[in-house]
Amino acid sequence: MASIELRKIRKAFGAVEVIKGVDSEVRSGEFMVFVGPSGCGKSTLLRLISGLEDITSGEMLFDGKVVNALAPSKRGIAMVFQSYALYPHMSVYENMAFGLTLEKGHDKEEIRQRVEKAADMLQIRQYLDRLPKQLSGSAAAVAIGRAITRDPKVFLFDEPLSNLDAALRVATRIEIAKLHESMNNVTMIYVTHDQVEAMTLADRICVLRDGVIEQVGTPMELYEKPNSVFVAGFIGSPKMNFISGDKAASFDADTVGIRGEHITIVPDNGTERHGDPHRKSGCG
Amino acid sequence: MVGTLNLWGLTKTVLFYALVVFIVVVSVFPFYYAILTSFKSGTDLFRITYWPTSFSWNNYRRCSIPAVSLRNLLNSVFVASVTVLLALFLAVTASFALSRVRFRGRSLLLMTIPAVSMFPQIVVLAGLFEVIRFLGIYNTPRALIFSYTIFTLPFTVWVLTTFMRDLPVEIEEAAIVDGASPRVIITRVFLPLMWPALVTTGLLAFIGAWNEFLFALTFTSSNNTRTVPVAIALLSGGSQYETPWGLIMAASVIVTVPLVIPVLIFQRKIVSGLTAGGVKS
Repeated sequence: MASIELRKIRKAFGAVEVIKGVDSEVRSGEFMVFVGPSGCGKSTLLRLISGLEDITSGEMLFDGKVVNALAPSKRGIAMVFQSYALYPHMSVYENMAFGLTLEKGHDKEEIRQRVEKAADMLQIRQYLDRLPKQLSGSAAAVAIGRAITRDPKVFLFDEPLSNLDAALRVATRIEIAKLHESMNNVTMIYVTHDQVEAMTLADRICVLRDGVIEQVGTPMELYEKPNSVFVAGFIGSPKMNFISGDKAASFDADTVGIRGEHITIVPDNGTERHGDPHRKSGCG
Repeated sequence: MVGTLNLWGLTKTVLFYALVVFIVVVSVFPFYYAILTSFKSGTDLFRITYWPTSFSWNNYRRCSIPAVSLRNLLNSVFVASVTVLLALFLAVTASFALSRVRFRGRSLLLMTIPAVSMFPQIVVLAGLFEVIRFLGIYNTPRALIFSYTIFTLPFTVWVLTTFMRDLPVEIEEAAIVDGASPRVIITRVFLPLMWPALVTTGLLAFIGAWNEFLFALTFTSSNNTRTVPVAIALLSGGSQYETPWGLIMAASVIVTVPLVIPVLIFQRKIVSGLTAGGVKS
């Protein structure tokens, strides 16, 4: 159980500023998805939360306590990496138990119970003796299992599905959604560039662009009331239709966006307008 | 047409295997000749033959008595093993810093390291001799371990640094999230993954220390502290005009065997280590 608060977070690599002042809050027990195009800083933001990168300026709070200088292992987080980063020389069991063996105060029996419980949850118990290279599709499950075993307050996912084939991607996505339901007091932060993943998994979505937050809201809020043309174009598939120029001027706007499902095709009088388009995006 | 084509193909095959045979003969002949000589005795030694004409264990029997003693062999094994262990320990820790810790002047340092081994041994010999005298380790195995480690480290550090740099950063980060300290990361995550590199560099360092001659000759003065190469070179015959070639060759064969065995043992390890991999990227 942990809420996370970001206050004016900035991150620069040398002269390049990647995160340009982010203020946000992740509520306790929430599934928050960071989404945005590549290079928007979403992965960097996740790494700042994990503590793998230092914050250049600003404050990061876990449950109201500043954690800027706290090491990753002291923050009560667990992370699932894009490449899963399983230890290649350890069996699945050892991979999952590694974090616990490093912490003091867990005896062998307790570790075994916790690993097996996590393995049962993800249905990977039959793989416990295998090495990572002998796993074909279940590497993602093992990586998630390694994270669960540590019993974290915050779960961080860095594009965990991007290396999977389409069928497995859907299955693992369902698995993650189930996991969130069964662990309802664990805060989860999930980074992806795939807006379908974002829409299906998230309690709330945070859309990032060029190191700043464009909009935060529930999937439906983002879909129905996007704050900007960028969010409107990014969320939803097929993409929202944008009309600009003279036609838009008649609505008193620079650009008008219409979702495909709100357009009705009429056999005659095709150019005539029936009622107002639902969403307008006034720009500038 | 087909006939000429086949002829050309045949010629190519013949030429290829002729080249292979030539290379093998050229590279193996010195060793073959050494073994051949070690089985000769008396004036046979100075008759150039390419096939064994006479066969006697005489040289081996003589050399196992006092000439190259067990003591020299143990010296060599001790010096080479300790050098390897010391060099690998220092190199693993140094390469972790050089490949994974960001600090000012890192690339400059990395470029300077091989420069150390650019100097010919003879250039630093006098200076090194002074250092060893100052440390009071002249004529002890420690003098050899000290100087060999200095000359082995640049190579070892470089190879391990490039190898460690290629290990996925995410594995290290996963270990950090799991709560591993740098020491735990090195010993429990990196070292098991680095076996092939450790074995290869360790083996090369071992061979280098085993065969080294100049330092071993300079920094030791009594037969009790000499290593095998020096002991062999200092083997003398009945008079100062006689070089006991048969004996030298027999001693060399004896010395080479302990080197071949670890190579054969670790060869499998190297191959299995290289194919281990298993990191998805």
